[in-house]
Amino acid sequence: MKLTLKVWRQNNKNDEGRFVDYLAKDVSPDMSFLEMLDVVNIDLVKKGETPIVFDHDCREGICGSCGMMINGRAHGPGRGIATCQLHMRSFSDGDEITIEPWRAKAFPVLKDLMVDRTSLERIMRAGGYTSAKTGGIPDGNTILIPKPVADEAFDAAACIGCGACVAACPNSSAMLFVGAKVSQLALLPQGQAERETRVTRMVAQMDEEKFGSCSNTYACEAECPKGISVTHIARLNREFVSAQF
Amino acid sequence: MTINSNIPEGSIEKKWSNHKFNMKLVNPANRRKYKIIVVGTGLAGSSVAATLGELGYNVHAFCYHESPRRAHSIAAQGGINAPKNYSNDGDSVYRLFYDTIKGGDYRAREANVFRLAEVSGSIIDQCVAQGVPFARDYAGYLDNRSFGGAQVARTFYARGQTGQQLLLGAYAALNRQIDADTVKFYDRREMLDVVIVDGKARGIVARNLINGKIESYAADAVVLATGGYGNVFFLSTNAKASNATAVWRAHKKGALFGNPCFTQIHPTCIPVSGEHQSKLTLMSESLRNDGRVWVPKKKGDTRSAKDIPENERDYYLERLYPSFGNLVPRDVASRRAKEMCDNGYGVGTSKMAVYLDFADAIKRLGSDAVFQKYGNLLDMYKQITGEDPYKVPMRIYPAVHYTMGGLWVDYNLMSTIPGLFVLGEANFSDHGANRLGASALMQGLADGYFIAPYTISNYLASNKFAAVKEDHKEFTEAENGVTATINKLLSIDGTKTVDEFHREFGKAMWDYVGMARNKAGLQKALKILPEIRAKFWKEVKITGNAHDINTELEKAQRVADFMELGELMAIDALHREESCGGHFREEYQTEEGEAKRNDKKFAYVAAWEYTGKPGKPKLNKEDLDFEEVHPSQRSYK
Repeated sequence: MKLTLKVWRQNNKNDEGRFVDYLAKDVSPDMSFLEMLDVVNIDLVKKGETPIVFDHDCREGICGSCGMMINGRAHGPGRGIATCQLHMRSFSDGDEITIEPWRAKAFPVLKDLMVDRTSLERIMRAGGYTSAKTGGIPDGNTILIPKPVADEAFDAAACIGCGACVAACPNSSAMLFVGAKVSQLALLPQGQAERETRVTRMVAQMDEEKFGSCSNTYACEAECPKGISVTHIARLNREFVSAQF
Repeated sequence: MTINSNIPEGSIEKKWSNHKFNMKLVNPANRRKYKIIVVGTGLAGSSVAATLGELGYNVHAFCYHESPRRAHSIAAQGGINAPKNYSNDGDSVYRLFYDTIKGGDYRAREANVFRLAEVSGSIIDQCVAQGVPFARDYAGYLDNRSFGGAQVARTFYARGQTGQQLLLGAYAALNRQIDADTVKFYDRREMLDVVIVDGKARGIVARNLINGKIESYAADAVVLATGGYGNVFFLSTNAKASNATAVWRAHKKGALFGNPCFTQIHPTCIPVSGEHQSKLTLMSESLRNDGRVWVPKKKGDTRSAKDIPENERDYYLERLYPSFGNLVPRDVASRRAKEMCDNGYGVGTSKMAVYLDFADAIKRLGSDAVFQKYGNLLDMYKQITGEDPYKVPMRIYPAVHYTMGGLWVDYNLMSTIPGLFVLGEANFSDHGANRLGASALMQGLADGYFIAPYTISNYLASNKFAAVKEDHKEFTEAENGVTATINKLLSIDGTKTVDEFHREFGKAMWDYVGMARNKAGLQKALKILPEIRAKFWKEVKITGNAHDINTELEKAQRVADFMELGELMAIDALHREESCGGHFREEYQTEEGEAKRNDKKFAYVAAWEYTGKPGKPKLNKEDLDFEEVHPSQRSYK
């Protein structure tokens, strides 16, 4: 396949940035999207240019490093996948593909397609944990958790922190990301002791980081590589309200 | 160099508890005066940083990602072992110890392995308390499944994403300490040298990956938890950034490297699809619980799987190993798959694959139940290959997965550089010549939560530390060395990219230092590998500069180190004239094609010393004494 790529290039935070066209030749349908970019980058380096910078690591959809807007969609076409799991068989010969970084005030661009997502880190540090110290813990089976509860907590805990929910949201809201963690720990007996302080602090940090509000478009759920449900946003709202009284 | 493993006295059951009592403690009020650097924040790094922070030490944690949650521990799928005996099938600490020693083909240190088994139960409890959503049954109890190399069900799991959930647990514990200001976290920093002052590890030099600044950090002790070096082969199941730079540079500063040639080839990976391939994807070994491995009985059979009738299929693992069947250890399963393909029974277009078939499991359990257990893995397979494993058997082939070798450490997990501790996959300690499934998560967390915090305290309490600051001349020299290497790499301006060199080097490693090795091949490797390295230093092309985000420069430094380490792996593989676990020398095999050890000559850890030039290491030996488990020919028949 031969493809035309319109790629966002930006030198650093302060640079304005622009689209640059590249031709990707000899693309095999078995390649992953990132492998296609690898091939383009090898050509760029050989020509003495700087390669397109993007975050990536595990390349199996679990580390949450990669993420780009492909033709306006977070992680590109297809459901339930991260960018690294997108394969070129989803495209046709001659296609033009537009590739941009996540766009959100809370995710400043570091370079090209790489953004700074440490805002998500700061939210997690504001209570996204149970205060269990190492050692002195009773046997795991002293806490019984019925399978449906464990399963639902797992569904929320499956979040990979990629930021696609924020990128897909017209308001750049991080409610699905925050909801997933709040919901996981609110469902489990282990999370009860700090239930109220946790949700209050995490929401406050989320607001401080300048993420937008949720207006129920459900774009986040549609683009989440792990298919995390917006019911966790509903639980976040419920937890937040009940923590205020 | 004389090496002392510092194994405590006493019976195997008492060693760790005696040692814990005998080790010195640091008074709680004094702990914040000690500064500890932790490099790498995967399972081992996050858990040790969090625990040391809880204890009150002044911890500084470094990570080359923007978040600890990106570490490759996240990708571990299948599970974590603990001998809780919840399944009531006869498990015990001793049995887990025994299985691990035997699984490692009698090349691990007994005392370490026993301690690992001993503390592993607490890991499960710890993770439950953190809110890790392990699989539960309908009554709410923790569920278990079985894994290769064991006949009991002792593996705890969270669907096919156990590593993710455990890492997020350790990450949460670390976040709590960052929130409490006991741990300072440095993101997007790559350690490029360890700094030694008066014979002790006293800090690191790191590159800030955003602005390129070379930064020095002084401390009283340094912990490396930087993972394995499987990417030396270019194609592996490791994440793209996983690298050996931290351990290799520590090695060049005096830390011995233990058993570098012990590499684990994982039997169930998605086969290579073409030249563009950038990494290989693992399919959890847990799939072998219900999936059946087979090839056609006829050589070069071109029929599709559904057209091959039952009686023309060879379920070779079940045939060769009736008692363990599809659940033989990884090294055995990998070698047999290679042998089947080499002998012309391979399947798929490349013929370098065997089938892993779920048809019987779907018939027996229904596709819903199979989805519940393995859903995400089967989806992942479909996404990559475009084939539906619920309808056609999966094609699998072995791939480089884990490195049992690593920096040599004593019982206290301290390297031969005093004050430099090495945890998790980065050390060589617990898995001998082959790691059993669901043991990597166990080891990373055992080291981080329950072992290193004690032994590091002991080290700090037993030594006096002169004040050392970042302006010490050793830091300046290390910074100058790091800068010189970077400038040299950028000045070459050759014609080939880093990836092209890495691919070429990795292919030579796979061909001659891969799944099966022999003397002639290894000698050839020792000729080729230094040639590729020399070419790299003359012809590599890196664009961009040192004062900016430069991913090519990052890769180039890692590949340069792999090219030295790869040679050491070949030297180690050539010197070890026996087969054991993942190290298979074709000259040394039993009549049935199993690994044939030579316990008289090679029951030792090869601890290599850097002598100032790559390719000229000096061998030190740590003899392994087996007082509990008598080495025998492993049998899984």
